Amino acid sequence: MTAALNPDIEFREVAKRYGAVTAVSGINLSIPPAAFVALLGPSGCGKTTCLRMIAGFEQPSEGQVLIRGQDMAGTPPYRRPVNMVFQQYALFPHLDVENNVAYGLRQQRPRLSTREIRLRAGEALAMVQLAGYGHRKVHELSGGQQQRVALARALVNKPAVLLLDEPLAALDKKLRTDMQIELQNLQRELGITFVLVTHDQEEALSMSDFVCVMNRGSIVQIGQPNEVYHEPADLFVADFVGKTNLLPGKVSGRADGLVELRLANGSTISARSRGNLAKGDDTTVSLRPEALRLEAPGRGTLQGVVRNRIFLGATVEYAIEVPVLGTLMATADHQFFQGNLFEPGEPVAIGFAPGTPLAFPGIKENGTKQRETRNVEIIS
Amino acid sequence: MRAFIAAVFAFLYLPIALVVLFSFNAGRHASELTGLSTQWYGKALSNPFLVEALKNSLFIATTSAFLAAVIGTAAALGLARVSPRIRAAFDALLGAAIVVPGVVIGISTLVALVQLFDAVNPMLASIWPGDAPPRLALGYGSIIAAHGLFSMALVSMIVRTRLGSLDRSLVEASSDLYATPFTTFRSIVLPQIMPAVLAGFLLAFTFSFDDFIIAFFVAGSQTTLPIYVFASIRRGVTPEINAIATIVLCASVFMVLLAQLLLRKRTPSH
Repeated sequence: MTAALNPDIEFREVAKRYGAVTAVSGINLSIPPAAFVALLGPSGCGKTTCLRMIAGFEQPSEGQVLIRGQDMAGTPPYRRPVNMVFQQYALFPHLDVENNVAYGLRQQRPRLSTREIRLRAGEALAMVQLAGYGHRKVHELSGGQQQRVALARALVNKPAVLLLDEPLAALDKKLRTDMQIELQNLQRELGITFVLVTHDQEEALSMSDFVCVMNRGSIVQIGQPNEVYHEPADLFVADFVGKTNLLPGKVSGRADGLVELRLANGSTISARSRGNLAKGDDTTVSLRPEALRLEAPGRGTLQGVVRNRIFLGATVEYAIEVPVLGTLMATADHQFFQGNLFEPGEPVAIGFAPGTPLAFPGIKENGTKQRETRNVEIIS
Repeated sequence: MRAFIAAVFAFLYLPIALVVLFSFNAGRHASELTGLSTQWYGKALSNPFLVEALKNSLFIATTSAFLAAVIGTAAALGLARVSPRIRAAFDALLGAAIVVPGVVIGISTLVALVQLFDAVNPMLASIWPGDAPPRLALGYGSIIAAHGLFSMALVSMIVRTRLGSLDRSLVEASSDLYATPFTTFRSIVLPQIMPAVLAGFLLAFTFSFDDFIIAFFVAGSQTTLPIYVFASIRRGVTPEINAIATIVLCASVFMVLLAQLLLRKRTPSH
């Protein structure tokens, strides 16, 4: 992302260490006003640490964190113009919904009138479609409703930046999709910068204007969702963001800006290269499932047999076993293939448009993805 | 096995049941039941020495429990913030305060206080401008101090447990919503740990109200209810004693049950 003139949030060479353990290091990030930014990465990648440094719960060991151009060193959380939606919402159990929402307003000095506090709390609740819930107890609400209260409690203060720590992790899938749309709408209406921390790449890609992919305490790539998806900076991003098939191979030559590479089964394919690849180098090629074209046997680049067919409505997923290479996933557009479904056990050929495969330096040891299955993040 | 358990329980509770039963005795003797009456309750409550001892006990129990609740809570809050090593050391000290037998606490407190008074009283006398310098002596103060010290350990352990289950993100959320540390304590932490503090207060009260051993050592010329009961038994057990015992028993059971209720009632987690 290009550095705007007045970024809402800026990280300058930030590092955070806990004793001998480095949580993050060399973080440089500039978030322009009114942006929706996702910090995306697996468990322990340091994304939550970054968020907590913006909120002020952690102090950077090195470097500076700036909010609207002001260095935040030594500024406690309660003096920072940001508000956070916590992972488990952290609603105050002994206060009702309205008093939860009004909590931040009550702390303002000079004091706001009781009338104004009630008015604004009511407005905030209406904004998240919870008008009339003010006198409910927090534990009487469903998970989705608690989530909205947490959102209202943060947004009612009109912060410069809203921080969201895995806000949707505790919701079921249907609610999650609804909330994704709602968050996006809220962000656009309010024009407030949203910083979202998530391990869910789908969530990051679908909601944010910019995705900042992190791994092992560093930022690996910053870009718009489609850039990160289609032009991953390295093997990690290719693997972590979206589904992909990763196949090891060796570079056999270069032509027209593409590299030729030989796969383990002897097939040769040409791929765009990421990073420096010379002849003889080990490489891993990434093939997105939707970039694979299934054809009649004998026509494509790779020959295989359909093992499973997963019907998903608009699309169909195939698991195709290719001798030596293993199982590849292919997603086929349903309409395109209407009346032309492949059956399990049927031989197929796999082809792909030149330029869709991406070759990365190095070999990924195994195909298991480093996705976290739980939403617990180790921060210390 | 069942018979054995029944025997154990009978051994434990039958004497107590008998005390309660005999407190309603119509006759003069503590050992033979001649009819039911509440006359001994009336007699007990019109005995000026007894009422005095009861008042003393209530005053001492309330004051020491209050002090224990305040200091114990402060200790618990402080210990939640120190390094694990220091915390372990203090935990051991607090645990020791609870484990050490009452006799030892009684003797050691007595010795310490007497030494202290011997040292301080001459100093006070030498700097006092008037004729009659105040003399520190055993009495209310020393019982309150001794009970408060023991109970403080109790309260801090109870509050510590509650603090441990307090969601840290609540404190962070409060701080994130512009509340200063003091406001966070008052508006978020204190309401969350209040049941534990109250339970601690009630247990401390019960302990002090019932305690004989420590009070006996450090009471000086003061008489608390247990000390009075002990003294009157030497003149023979009367149904009056049973009536007092029953009152104390009921009050204690009530307090402990209330404390249990406070500790059990948990705020629903989200």
